[in-house]
Amino acid sequence: MGHTWDFATILQNWPVLWVGIKGTVFIFVITVVLGLGGGLVVGVARYAKSPFLSWPARAFVEVFRNTPVLVQIIWFFYAFPILTGIETDPFLAAVLGISLNTMAFSAEIYRAGIQSIDRGQWEAGKAIGMTYNQTLRRIILPVAVKRVLPALTNRGIEVFKMSTLASVVGYVETLNQAKLIADLNYNPIESYTAVALIFFVVLFPVVQGTYVLERMLRKGD
Amino acid sequence: MSEILRIENLHKSFDDLEVLKGIDLTVQSGETVVILGSSGSGKSTMLRCVNFMESPTNGKIYLNGDLIGTERNGKMTYKEAELCTLRSRIGMVFQHFNLFPHMTVLENVLEGQVIVLGRAKMEARDKAMAQLERVGLAEKAFEYPSRLSGGQKQRVAIARALAMDPEVMLFDEVTSALDPELVGEVLKTMRQLAEEGMTMLCVTHELGFAYHVANRVLFLNEGIILEQGEPQSILKNPDTNRMREFLDGHSLFKLPD
Ligand SMILES: Nc1ncnc2c1ncn2[C@@H]1O[C@H](COP(=O)(O)OP(=O)(O)OP(=O)(O)O)[C@@H](O)[C@H]1O
Ligand SMILES: [Mg+2]
Repeated sequence: MGHTWDFATILQNWPVLWVGIKGTVFIFVITVVLGLGGGLVVGVARYAKSPFLSWPARAFVEVFRNTPVLVQIIWFFYAFPILTGIETDPFLAAVLGISLNTMAFSAEIYRAGIQSIDRGQWEAGKAIGMTYNQTLRRIILPVAVKRVLPALTNRGIEVFKMSTLASVVGYVETLNQAKLIADLNYNPIESYTAVALIFFVVLFPVVQGTYVLERMLRKGD
Repeated sequence: MSEILRIENLHKSFDDLEVLKGIDLTVQSGETVVILGSSGSGKSTMLRCVNFMESPTNGKIYLNGDLIGTERNGKMTYKEAELCTLRSRIGMVFQHFNLFPHMTVLENVLEGQVIVLGRAKMEARDKAMAQLERVGLAEKAFEYPSRLSGGQKQRVAIARALAMDPEVMLFDEVTSALDPELVGEVLKTMRQLAEEGMTMLCVTHELGFAYHVANRVLFLNEGIILEQGEPQSILKNPDTNRMREFLDGHSLFKLPD
């Protein structure tokens, strides 16, 4: 157990790692926006009275919530092109897998938020002549989304970590680059420790922020 | 006085439960009608059918002479857009206020004017302030609802409805959720509205209000109007035993002699 830590090779390879970090941030931004944004649409559809909206939304949620993201990414990379004739690349496969999974989970968060709003709010909007959509947009969603903000931030944090799964199909991100460094320098311990550290350094302050957010929201209620 | 609201043969069922069994009512402009009845008699359902918060199973409703909906093969059909317009012409105040918590008092009163009526911001603002003045809450315009007392919340809810320039106002037990010492300020606001000539349909258990403010009192029982008349006579000498029992149940109410 006499490992001598040597981070010098990591620092020497910092440009390689930096490319990976940029890849991580890039795919994170895309998937978090698509996932949380699309989730709002699916969540609203899931809540809708019309079965033509709620049933497809429900099917979507169940499919993507009950299959592993890793499998989804691999499936979009290897199976999807053969089945549909549509080419995918590592980036696209990973974006699809992570975004769709995030949409499914966040849709349930939004739906729970909408459901938690008192029926009287719908009635008040309706009584002054607002349409369903106006009431939803102006009265229900602002309060519902605010209420589920902590849950959504947690989802965002999950998405950030899930981005490492993209390495399985060869998308260039932090973990993938660390593996490259490890293979070339025979220093897997330092390489993968560095990856863990990088994620921790980014996420720890963010998580602390969510605690503050939660406390502020609770006070606001 | 002219007719403003007419309800003809209104029926409403929820699945197998027939709640309203044929209500006919004509309300004149400026009239204050108080609706009494025991729990479950259909008072809320009746009010909610007037502005189509519930759609009637059968019957016709006219507002200012306009028949709401279109008659096809003896059945009424309604378009959602038409109903939204209708609801914007009728004010409704609820037992639990239902103010929008993420908006200030002023924004609550602006919302319908801007979003539903499409009024210009400045005009809507003047109107909102005027209505808040009317209910005595102009100085609370920039507060959030959570910082108001129940009585103040209810007066804001009244202002929110008034800002739409409603042709009729519906009140459904608007003082029932209030602490006793806050009931007075809301009833006073309602009385003032009645005196200013607003047409009002009020479901309430405040018999004092009915006695002093109403032009007419209806007694709803098992989905029909069992009796109606001027408050001074009907509250003192009801025709039916059913209504007498109901009034006896409100033992706190002492009629002025
Ligand atoms: N949305 C609904 N679905 C099913 N049943 C309903 C619905 N709304 C009302 N009812 C039933 O209709 C009947 C009349 O209800 P309503 O609320 O009109 O009575 P009410 O006279 O206002 O009573 P209260 O004094 O308790 O408010 C009750 O039996 C009630 O359970
Ligand atoms: Mg009721």
